[in-house]
Amino acid sequence: MNTQSTGDKTATAKVQAGVSDVECRVQIGGDWRLNERVPSWKSVFQNRMAMNVRVVSDDLGKWDTSLVLFLVHGRAWCAASKKEFHAEALPENLQALLRQVPVNSAAKPPVGASVKPWDLASNIAEKWADHAQQSVSFLGECTLGFIGVAKNPRRFRWLDCLVEMQQCWASSLPMVSLVSFLVGVILAFQSAVQLQQFGAAIYVADLVGLSVVRELGPMMAAFIVAGGTGARFAAQIGNMKVDDEIDALETVGISSVNFLALPRLLAVTVMMPILALYANVLGVLGGMFVSATMLNIPASAYWIETQNRVGFSDVSSGLFKCLFFGLAVGLAGCLRGIKCERSAAGVGTATSSAVVTGIMLIVLADALFAVIYNVLGI
Amino acid sequence: MNGIATAPVIEVKNLTCGYGETVVLQNVSFGVHAREVLFVIGGSGCGKSTLLRCLIGLLKPFHGDIAYFGKSFTAADTGQRRDILKTFGVLYQNNALWSSMTLAENISLPLEEHTSLSRADRDEIVALKLTEVGLAGSEDLYPSELSGGMQKRAALARALALDPGIVFFDEPSEGLDPIISREMDELILQVRENFGTTMVIVSHQLSSIFRLADRVIMLNHETKGIIAEGHPAELAATSIDPRVRDFLNPNNDFPKHANENSAGDRKLISK
Repeated sequence: MNTQSTGDKTATAKVQAGVSDVECRVQIGGDWRLNERVPSWKSVFQNRMAMNVRVVSDDLGKWDTSLVLFLVHGRAWCAASKKEFHAEALPENLQALLRQVPVNSAAKPPVGASVKPWDLASNIAEKWADHAQQSVSFLGECTLGFIGVAKNPRRFRWLDCLVEMQQCWASSLPMVSLVSFLVGVILAFQSAVQLQQFGAAIYVADLVGLSVVRELGPMMAAFIVAGGTGARFAAQIGNMKVDDEIDALETVGISSVNFLALPRLLAVTVMMPILALYANVLGVLGGMFVSATMLNIPASAYWIETQNRVGFSDVSSGLFKCLFFGLAVGLAGCLRGIKCERSAAGVGTATSSAVVTGIMLIVLADALFAVIYNVLGI
Repeated sequence: MNGIATAPVIEVKNLTCGYGETVVLQNVSFGVHAREVLFVIGGSGCGKSTLLRCLIGLLKPFHGDIAYFGKSFTAADTGQRRDILKTFGVLYQNNALWSSMTLAENISLPLEEHTSLSRADRDEIVALKLTEVGLAGSEDLYPSELSGGMQKRAALARALALDPGIVFFDEPSEGLDPIISREMDELILQVRENFGTTMVIVSHQLSSIFRLADRVIMLNHETKGIIAEGHPAELAATSIDPRVRDFLNPNNDFPKHANENSAGDRKLISK
């Protein structure tokens, strides 16, 4: 009979294996702690043939789950090599813990098995189809809701709508002011460098005026509203969902779409062109500021040039698009809020998803309008 | 109760429901009679809340039928569904008061939606309902300004706003201290006394079960159905099913196998 010790210097957990003809007798002793190094079976058996194992305790001190884990591993190893594992000599409470763990618990399917690319593709496709179906049915519910409102305007929650308009305006105004003014400044700077070479600095007014009024003003306003108001809608409605407030509405017979989504949709759709008009003014002012201070073009000349170039159709085409941008932001925010998962993480996901979806829809709508306006010659 | 001749106000027939592809309850049938206080009990995960979600129309059953006052809820069209929704109120586990509205607005919203009462009349009803639950004068408070027990009362006032024939309760004494929980029980009895309301209560609070229940149905996650039905005291005394006896007699000794397991756990901690 030969013995060997695999105890570590710092850890007090000890394992001694004594091998006889019939079985391997494993003595465990010392303190077993999860946060200290404990012996492993590999060091016990090394390169020996598999054999029956009998575990006995020898001066066993304090122990915790690390010892249970050690024994479970040994038992699984014995089971895998069709040998017997005897633990009858161990303390009763240790045996009780061992009994709680099924013998074959170690034989689990590998975690994180590789996913086949076509499975992944079909999963993504399924998710998108699901999203698309949700969006279409939500759009349908909103349309029906608005038809209902048109038939019976008194049922609409006008006060909620006004409050949302006010919030949308108040929360977006500072950012819209700053961003659109700076966009005007940047455009003027960039174009001035080129136009000055031809002595055509006055055309900065045309360039800034047209690009701000037709594209950038509405776009910047829409992006800021998507990031602020759209996110707020999703977070508000999502939180209501988590707290069962939406369930409470449904069981009182109030449609969450009518009650929560319609006032918000109308509010943001009405506010968007107003904010865009404001962004247009600030953008032109930004260009005027650069021209007056850097290019020595008097503000009056800049203003007259802008008036000559930028017509009513330019302004109105930009503002008309905004109605759809507003609708897109509102739909994305409300839909993501209503479909939010019932958890804190769900609200976070819904909020960020509302912003991303909102911005994506705005750009898509803008591209569509670019084509339509081109065809119509506006 | 009211006698044998009365038809049940709620009738559940062969209800099978669940989430996605998981069946939680299978072929469950039972009835609830007028003025009855019925408790739905059972261990965690047995499908109590799922059953409640089906009953109040938040979850579409896979098959089977739920009928209120003889009219099918499952097969109802939008108009009929609205009519049925008016007949019951729900008190949610976490109250689910609309947090952006005052208590008065919370209680008045169902009235606004389903009645043509004037603003003044609605205000009067709100004051009345708040007095009924012991919150007189709190009209202008927001739910977040109330304690847990007061929120529960407010939620009950909202559930009672339309004077429904049936009120569903999801864990009404969850998170309340024993005294407030007792007050809540008394309030429930008082409402039943005053209005003859039928109550369906999902709970595992034993004190409330024995204090209030006319009848309990016990669900089990293994059988996915009802394993016991009857008066709680009778069930506790006479049931031969160990699952029912253990649930209703918590002061009895642990069953043998449970004892062994917990002994192991205790040793693990104390070692």
